[in-house]
Amino acid sequence: MNHRSGSGYTGIPPWIYAIAAAGGLFVLLPLVAMVAKVNWPQFVPLVTSESSLTALGLSLRTSAASTVSCVVLGVPLALVLARSPFPGQRLLRAFVLLPLVLPPVVGGIALLYTFGRQGLLGKNLELAGIQIAFSTTAVVLAQTFVALPFLVVSLEGALRTAGNKYEAVAATLGARPSTVLRRVTIPLVLPGLASGAVLSFARSLGEFGATLTFAGSLQGVTRTLPLEIYLQRETDADAAVALSLVLVAVAVAVVGLSYRHPHTGAAPERALQ
Amino acid sequence: MSGARKPLAALLVAGALSPALAGCAAGTASAPAGTSAATGTSATPALSGTVTVFAAASLKATFTKLASDFEAKNPSTKVTLNSAGSSDLVTQITQGAPADVFASADTKNMAKLTYAKLIDGQPANFATNVLEIAVPPSNPASIRSFADLAKPGVKVVTCAPQVPCGAATDKVEKATGTTLKAVSEESSVTDVLGKVTSGEADAGLVYVTDVKTAGDKVKGIAFPESDQAVNTYPIAAVGTSKNKELAAAFIATVTGSQGKKVLTDAGFGTP
Repeated sequence: MNHRSGSGYTGIPPWIYAIAAAGGLFVLLPLVAMVAKVNWPQFVPLVTSESSLTALGLSLRTSAASTVSCVVLGVPLALVLARSPFPGQRLLRAFVLLPLVLPPVVGGIALLYTFGRQGLLGKNLELAGIQIAFSTTAVVLAQTFVALPFLVVSLEGALRTAGNKYEAVAATLGARPSTVLRRVTIPLVLPGLASGAVLSFARSLGEFGATLTFAGSLQGVTRTLPLEIYLQRETDADAAVALSLVLVAVAVAVVGLSYRHPHTGAAPERALQ
Repeated sequence: MSGARKPLAALLVAGALSPALAGCAAGTASAPAGTSAATGTSATPALSGTVTVFAAASLKATFTKLASDFEAKNPSTKVTLNSAGSSDLVTQITQGAPADVFASADTKNMAKLTYAKLIDGQPANFATNVLEIAVPPSNPASIRSFADLAKPGVKVVTCAPQVPCGAATDKVEKATGTTLKAVSEESSVTDVLGKVTSGEADAGLVYVTDVKTAGDKVKGIAFPESDQAVNTYPIAAVGTSKNKELAAAFIATVTGSQGKKVLTDAGFGTP
């Protein structure tokens, strides 16, 4: 099942390597160019300014909250999509995955018309005294909206790969469905769940368009790190670049953490440091 | 185990790693110069070719109109318009975007290009703009004056002080001794307007021209204190322009009587 690659014949024609290298450069070069633009003597003061730290803190808090929401909503969704065939399942999957390809601004507009003051649900929430617009809750909603598909896709893949043999055995031994879920299914797909959660966190951290459209931008309340970068760029390009680097570092760390496949030998750049 | 999952995982990583792609710079490539006028030589040399105009976002509507007027008057020319926030445009031009004319929403951004020696000659001030309060048509918070914006419970959205409209808001606040507690400080005036048209905010501070453009989606409330912060719009030819004659002709259209009329109709003032 777990065939090891790495030794002997790869079946890859040499010219593929050339194009692959170009592809790698295409992603790496802009990052290198950005690092080259960093004003290093000023780097620490720039990223530790009050507004930067506030934005970073807000980003980390909201992303953590969104990740929790993604797990709470996404695990049942993935289970239903992977395990119980029902009419309209393909359609449901397509809709759940939609935020992956939707421009975030569109997501923001859609959220606005749902949870906004005049929105579908927002009107009733407003009557109940709950105001979402311009609050940190709005940021978390926007991030959850765009990040949920990442969790669902990862977990659904893991569930399908794991199959349901163990669960069937557990059931024949008399375990109730909830027990099977808790004792067999979840432990079985834990790596998939973890990497899905990490990806959701990373996506939440980078969320920009939906937040800007739906939540607004106020220091300490709704201005997350990407929004802070966008604003700083207007007056202080150095601060924007420095903060971008922080965001890249966090994203690389997060994604690196979730993709430690035994056979990929990790990223060589990190080995060099 | 591997097979189908790997490409999907790769796609997901790609998605996660592309955070703020929103500010995609739409650098307009300069079209090949138009075919030399085949209509014979008349007394005045006919203008031809393409002129690329970088204009502040608030000028989009008026410049679109002026551009089509210009093309109608000079049939073998083409005007390519690129609208974005003034500071975005400055960045694009500094990074080598092919612009022939730059029209800024404030003198500060024009000064950046002048300082970088990317401007030909002296910029000409061609319009002014002042702030106005925009409220939803029903005016839910019964806003009547600038001071009303500071009333408790009023959800007011402004521009962040880092952008020109926010700097103007700051000036008015200082001049009137009023402190606004904004629920959101947006990075562009269009975002402020969006929060008002969608009914999320009770009021927003935008430019007079934005209120006009929004039509009946918002109600404008002019306030006398707005003259404390008048924004001046300068226009100039970009030094690296390859078609200086055409650039000068377009600038003349904007600063001339026809430009004045179009701009005044849109709510701009005259400097």
